[in-house]
Formats: sequence, structure tokens, C-alpha cells
Amino acid sequence: MDNTQSITKGTPKSISKLKQSFMDFFLSLYNINKFILRFFREAFVPPFELKEVIRQCYEVGVRSFTLISVTGFIVGVIFTKQSRPSLSQFGAESWLPSLVSIAIMRALAPLVTALIASGKVGSSIGAELGSMRVTEQIDAMEVSGTKPFKFLVCTRVLATTLTIPILSTYTGFVALFGGYLNVTQNEGTTWTTFIQEVFEPLTFTDFVASLIKSIVFGFTIGIVGCYQGYNSSKGTEGVGKAANGAVITAMFLVFIEEVIIVQITGWFR
Amino acid sequence: MKKAAVQVDHTNPVISIRGLKKAFQDYSVLRGIDLDLYQGENLVVLGRSGTGKSVLIKIVSGLLKPDEGQVEVLGKNIATITEDELQALRIRIGFSFQNSALYDSMTVRKNLEFPLVRNRRNLTRGEIDTNVETVLDAVGLSQTINQMPSELSGGQRKRIGIARTLILNPEIMLYDEPTAGLDPITCIEINDLINEVQQRYNTSSIIITHDLTCAKQTGDRIAMLLDGQFQRTGTFDEVFATDDERVKPFYDYNFIK
Repeated sequence: MDNTQSITKGTPKSISKLKQSFMDFFLSLYNINKFILRFFREAFVPPFELKEVIRQCYEVGVRSFTLISVTGFIVGVIFTKQSRPSLSQFGAESWLPSLVSIAIMRALAPLVTALIASGKVGSSIGAELGSMRVTEQIDAMEVSGTKPFKFLVCTRVLATTLTIPILSTYTGFVALFGGYLNVTQNEGTTWTTFIQEVFEPLTFTDFVASLIKSIVFGFTIGIVGCYQGYNSSKGTEGVGKAANGAVITAMFLVFIEEVIIVQITGWFR
Repeated sequence: MKKAAVQVDHTNPVISIRGLKKAFQDYSVLRGIDLDLYQGENLVVLGRSGTGKSVLIKIVSGLLKPDEGQVEVLGKNIATITEDELQALRIRIGFSFQNSALYDSMTVRKNLEFPLVRNRRNLTRGEIDTNVETVLDAVGLSQTINQMPSELSGGQRKRIGIARTLILNPEIMLYDEPTAGLDPITCIEINDLINEVQQRYNTSSIIITHDLTCAKQTGDRIAMLLDGQFQRTGTFDEVFATDDERVKPFYDYNFIK
């Protein structure tokens, strides 16, 4: 009797909880869309904050440069090293540069760059804007008749959108260099031969797809970091949540976008 | 320093509030407020923490939206104006935040330039520098021009916060707890600065505080916010000439009776 009662009592509660979760999810989806639309409405309308965009580009580039250099190089070396045994089973070690270049240029360079930037840049944007929200600096900008969204959000999103493709291209070349060092050490391949074999399998679609992917990743990292920071709740806990949320959401979205873009690119091949 | 006599134009309210209500979730903070701020007047809003004093000036500056009621600032209804009109109106209102809200990634100079260069785009470099130096001189902190906010003391931060609002020559000043967290001497200096701003820039001000020394030194009129409404309004002596148990402890605590 008691069990039956608890079940009948418990069901509506769990349903309403589920309903609330759905409502919250769609509400946050609506708010994110509104935030993105606001970016497009404000970013390309004068007056422009060009100086701040350049400063932010520099910040994004410098913040991630060392980590991306090291990681890109290691990815190149490790991927080459790990791929060799599989190819050598078929006596196809000579395909190693082509395999490495396809993997790096099509997938690894944009993905690795985006993941590192999510951690370094996304969290930093989330924390910075979050702390500005908590200490009322954003309110202070608003009440002084300036447009904090344009100055803080548009500049950062533009900076990540512009800089991450550049960083991604750089990661690709650093990773290829890592691959070259490993190949030349084991197979004695010369730099010229390596480069020829690297570029031979790559098509124009690969470069365009990789570039678009990096632009989308850059935009995602910027907009997610800004959204989390700009809308962070009050208190120091809010800043932590904003930084954490920026990293987790951006990484998750980067993977989802990777799958979608790979699928779309596949139709053009 | 004793407050100099000021000319208040009681026929010309620069802020007019009628029936203002604001609630957060189930808690009703402001329960039908009526208030006028007259041209040239320093109005002190007193009240306990959490009674909605800061909410009131955040509504006046358009940072929060009222649930009900009418808020007219310099002839414009805050609830119905467009985003562009609000932007233009905000240039005429200065807001000094409780924690100063200085942009901590910018030097004092950049903090002061920030609203100026974005609202007066035709200014030359020389004019910007002159404006910055003038307001810094007005708050007596010319030497801090190249310092970062983190290098300033609490009192200096307050002064720079006020200077940042003065750079746009506002007609109305809103001070949120201007003396909170400061030592008594610095409090007196800030009170003197508020009076000086009133005289020099001919501003009308709302000063939010629970510091009675600040209220006494700066206020031409005091409004006591209790239970979401203004229960007592008048001069300092008028407001505290009461046996109301909600008002008396305020006086007794501040003046250690």
C-alpha cells in the first residue's frame, strides 16, 4: 500500500522535474540564439572597435602559441610513429607522409587547435567577462552610454574567429614538421620528397574544409566563452562556473561541429 | 567641511517616480514608491541593507526594469524609451558604483577616456587629454593617471569612479554607498567631494547610503526607505525627530547614543 502510494506520488514530481529540465534547456537554447543574433547585429555596424579586435587577436595568439607549438609537434611525431607499424604490415611505409598529411590537414590540426584554444582562450574569456560582470564593470560600461556588448563580446568573438584559423594552419605545419623528423629519422626521406608526398593527396576541398572548420571552431569558442562570462551569475562561484562552462560547452560543440562538417565535406568529395 | 548653501529649484524635478514596484521572485522590494529629485538637489536615500536602495537607482539608470509604476528621468519615461534614447539619456546620468567598478585591465587614464572617446567621437587627442586632466584634478588625483586600479586605495578608487562619471558632464549623479568600506577621514573627504561635485558641476544627485554622517553632510533632503516605501522624508533633523522604532536605532547606532 505504502509502495503504491509513493509511486503514484513520485511520478508527477519526476515528470514535472523532467518538464522543468526541458524548459530550461530550450530557454538556454533560445538565449544562446539571441546572443548570437545580437553579435551579428552589432559586430558589423559602425563604430567599430578595431584597436580592441587587434589587441584581442594578439591575446588569443600569444596565449595559445607555445602550447599549440608543443602540442602540434608532439601530435605530428606520435601520429607518424603510431601509424608506421600498420603501414609496414603491407610494406607501405612510403605512404606515411601522405597518411600523416591527410590526417593532420583534414582533422587533427583544426581539432587539436580548437581543443587547446577552448581550454586556454575560452576559459580565459569566460573568467574575464564573468569577473567583469561580478564586479559591475559591465554595468559601469552600460550606464556610461557605451556599448559593452560591442566592446567586450564582438571584439573577442571576431578575434577568435580570425586567429584560430591562423593558429590551426600553424599547428598543421608544426605537426607536419614533427612527422617529417620522425620519417626522415626512420626512412631517411628528404625534405623535398616529404613535402611532395605531403601535398600530393591533398585537394582544394581539403584546404577549404579545414579553413571553414577552423573558422566555425573559432567562432564557437569565442561566442561560448563570451556567453558564459557575460551572463555569469553573481559571486565568485559564478566566475568559476563561467570559466568551466566555457571550456566544457566549447569542447562539446567542437566535436559535434567536427562530425557535421566532415559529413558535409564528404558530399563534395 | 560645512556644506555650502545650494539653490534647489523645487519646480523642476529631474527625476519623477510614481508608484514604482519591483520584486525579485516572491520578495517584493519596492512596494509603490513615489519620489521627486529636484534640479540642484542632493537627495539621500537611507535604509537598511536589502531594502532596495540600490535597486531604486539601478531602475533610474535603466539597468533594471520596473515591474510597475512610472519613472521619468529628465523628461523621459525609462520603461518606454528605445535603446538609443536610453543610451543618450545615460550620458546625462553619472553612476558611481559601490565598489567603484573601475575597469581593472585599464590604467586610470584609459578608464577615464573610455566613456569619453565613445560618446564624443569628434574630440582631438589634445581635448581628450585636457578633459581627463580636468576631472582628475577635480577629484585631486592627478598623480594617479598612469596607475592601474589595483594600485589604488579604496578611497582613491571611489574618487576615480566619480571622476569617470564626471568626464561626461552629467546632469544627474547616482551614488551607490559612496562611503562603504572607507575609514572615517576618507569618508569625510568623499562627502566633501560629493558636495563639491554638486556645486562645481551643478548636478542633482541621489545618494544611497546607510552612513548617517554621509547623509547629514551631503543631503539637502533625506528619504527613509522602510518596508519597500518611503516612510519619512525631509531634512536630516525632521527625519530623525521621531520615536519610530524602525528609525531610532539608525540614529542611535551611527551617533553612538
